[in-house]
Amino acid sequence: MNELSVLIGGQAGDGINQAGLLAARLLAQLGYRIYVNYDYPSLIRGGHNFSLVRAAKSRIGVCRDRIDYLLALNQDTIEKHRAKLGSQSRLIYDSDSASAEGLGLPLKTIVKEASAPELTRNSCLIGAFARSAGIEWSVLEKVFTKDIPRELELNLKVARRGFESAEAGERLEPLGQEVLPLVSGNEACGLGLVAAGLDAYIAYPMTPSSSLLHFLAHVAEDFNITVIHPESEIAVMLMALGYAYAGRRAAVGTSGGGFCLMTEGFSLSGMAEIPIAVVVGQRPGPSTGLPTYTSQTELHFVMNAGQGEFPRFVVAPGDAEEAYYWSAIALNLSWKYQIPSIILMDKTACEGTYSFDIASAGEVPEGGAALWNGEGLYRRYLNTETGVSPLAFPPDKRAVVKVDSYEHDENGITTEDPSLTKMMQEKRARKGTHLAEEVKRYRGVRIYGERGASTALICWGSNKGVCIEAGERLGAKVVHVPLLAPFPIGQLKEALEGVRRIICIENNITGQFVRLLGCHGVTVNDNILKYDGRQFSLEELEGELAKVT
Amino acid sequence: MGVRALGTSAVNTWCKGCGNFAILNAVATMLEAIGEEKGGLENVVLVSGIGCHAKIVDYLNVNSFYAIHGRVAPVAEGIKLANPNLTVIGFAGDGDSYGEGLEHLVFVAKRNVDITMVIHNNRVYGLTTGQYTPTSPLGFKGKSTPRGTRELPLNPLELMLASGASFIARGYSNRMDLLKQTLREAVTHRGFALVDVLQVCVTFYNLYADYNKRVFQLDNHDPGDHEAAFRKIREWDYNSPAPIALGTLYRCEKPLFEGPPGAGKMALPIRAAKISSLLKERM
Repeated sequence: MNELSVLIGGQAGDGINQAGLLAARLLAQLGYRIYVNYDYPSLIRGGHNFSLVRAAKSRIGVCRDRIDYLLALNQDTIEKHRAKLGSQSRLIYDSDSASAEGLGLPLKTIVKEASAPELTRNSCLIGAFARSAGIEWSVLEKVFTKDIPRELELNLKVARRGFESAEAGERLEPLGQEVLPLVSGNEACGLGLVAAGLDAYIAYPMTPSSSLLHFLAHVAEDFNITVIHPESEIAVMLMALGYAYAGRRAAVGTSGGGFCLMTEGFSLSGMAEIPIAVVVGQRPGPSTGLPTYTSQTELHFVMNAGQGEFPRFVVAPGDAEEAYYWSAIALNLSWKYQIPSIILMDKTACEGTYSFDIASAGEVPEGGAALWNGEGLYRRYLNTETGVSPLAFPPDKRAVVKVDSYEHDENGITTEDPSLTKMMQEKRARKGTHLAEEVKRYRGVRIYGERGASTALICWGSNKGVCIEAGERLGAKVVHVPLLAPFPIGQLKEALEGVRRIICIENNITGQFVRLLGCHGVTVNDNILKYDGRQFSLEELEGELAKVT
Repeated sequence: MGVRALGTSAVNTWCKGCGNFAILNAVATMLEAIGEEKGGLENVVLVSGIGCHAKIVDYLNVNSFYAIHGRVAPVAEGIKLANPNLTVIGFAGDGDSYGEGLEHLVFVAKRNVDITMVIHNNRVYGLTTGQYTPTSPLGFKGKSTPRGTRELPLNPLELMLASGASFIARGYSNRMDLLKQTLREAVTHRGFALVDVLQVCVTFYNLYADYNKRVFQLDNHDPGDHEAAFRKIREWDYNSPAPIALGTLYRCEKPLFEGPPGAGKMALPIRAAKISSLLKERM
């Protein structure tokens, strides 16, 4: 089997996300590479949730429309998704809650007989799926034992009932390649921050970044980090700057709406030269928009956020490995240059679950900062050639450390003097120049697909996965740009050598990346935009590409 | 030491007769005492907002974070949580922290982070040249309310008591000795301390004569008695012509919201090994 897609659906509160992850782990155990998209509305009970699990032999970052297994806890799921079933596909459902052709199992009755909670219905479904897909009981037992924290025995009991009710499929052979862990983009981002020496993560809950807060809060003790959830995003940002002033590496996370509140502190970071890493998980706006869905609408917002002019580092990771690597680099560079950095995620990347290969993510270097050598009078804003002033942190007997949101002199004392103002503006700008020079060493532009092709798909953020796969099938070159500021125009021009036709793919209505490319003299021929809050499926993008190629 | 010894290159630009001088002097005296006791001031960090009050950090050669309007409390909290050994003193105006950043004051009191907030409460916006603030009395005629305000002032101390502040006091810029004593008590208090200092703006709202008639130093008052504190705090609502109590109104012991004890950052190889073992769990 080359690949397999499973859709598990039910109501909010049915444990759909967990069920999807269990199915994903079963397949991951056999060496498959996984991508999971979890789709849910903004409510706690009811509605329609589904988890779409895709397994393939090589790495993937997108789902397909066509599904091989539909696992339904209610009628709604069957009605909404049955059109995605192919002739060989199977439907397994709760016959106590729905009716259809396919394998109906009386899940409510089964769990009742087993005196198990209703939530274990999906364990029964997973059991039936495993048997039907040719996955051995021992694999299921192993996955359940590791992943189900409560009521393991009951879950295994109902899973066994499901397993025994299904007709055994042809044995799904292990692929014989390394089993990779499954992590979400947010978790990868958190691990990257930790790898770069994060001391404190401060955030106010907001989808799709909340699971980053939950993850880091959960592992805080293991990594000796502090996680705080204060009263608002405003407090989040300012508290984090307080941490950084005291010499601790801090990061914050939010979505577009929360970042609106953070922008005054973001600009303060730029002026006072206090390092901070900001994770912004995009979702559709304006305003509250579609809280639990996806978009790429904050590109120009984060590139321009905050009053005044100051350098910043902006990256948009395309998958879990990139989320790990670039989050670490972002935190490191924010400290090296004493600037704010943005890790621009989107719901698809934040909450999508990926097979994660840390070895291919790129090595995270030990990130240093320019520290004061203790000689002479300490000047927090010493005007240096690179614009970077040596750092000292209180308490330091030899140094008085003064930072300032006003324009200031080298000692951090407020000034309105025109020549000092000019000097300080230039000092801050110089950091941006040196940062731009340094980032040339990073791979800010990546090439996939058919390298010699004259047609290129260009994309950023989470569209990496869908573009690579669609591009490969089309025989096109695929150019993915994770680095947005300082913009790697040199690398991009090289990547586009020999390309006569550029097709840009993004999730917004105005073509934000097209505009950014235009600012750097790159003209896009075709523009495929999707702004319904959902990510592209492979078939959908292929259909759109067929229209323009 | 004193102000001169702690001075910087900054030229003082407060108006002659400004109540901020009294606060600067009282703070300098206090810092001098701390410096003598501790052998230095490297453990002290001052945080200020935006407004006339905020210039105080430019005038003192001590670690400082000159922050933005309304956001003194979260910055001060972050610094304290990052390093519990630091003594963090925040300075804010009444417009600054009772207006724009009020939410933070409620939450820092609720959390009981061990910092001190000194509010330069002149009941007028000075640096923006004379508008009403959350503590201006009803009918106050400012540039944005030429016919007088139509809203009653906030009693910030009542709000602080309700929010769970563990130390609440009031000072007056024209009662220096008591102000010094009160500030010292606030800074040595273990927990969140707020000192509302009636600081007169001679240019836009000169209340010296009025305050001089009405202020009195608390006597026979038990700051540990919540009920008594509540009554005293409500005696003057920042609007009526009631007597104005000065000194420590409320004090209690409460669990602190603290940062971790600080075992220090793990070395990169240890972090990497821990990440690997976490990933193994996900296989």
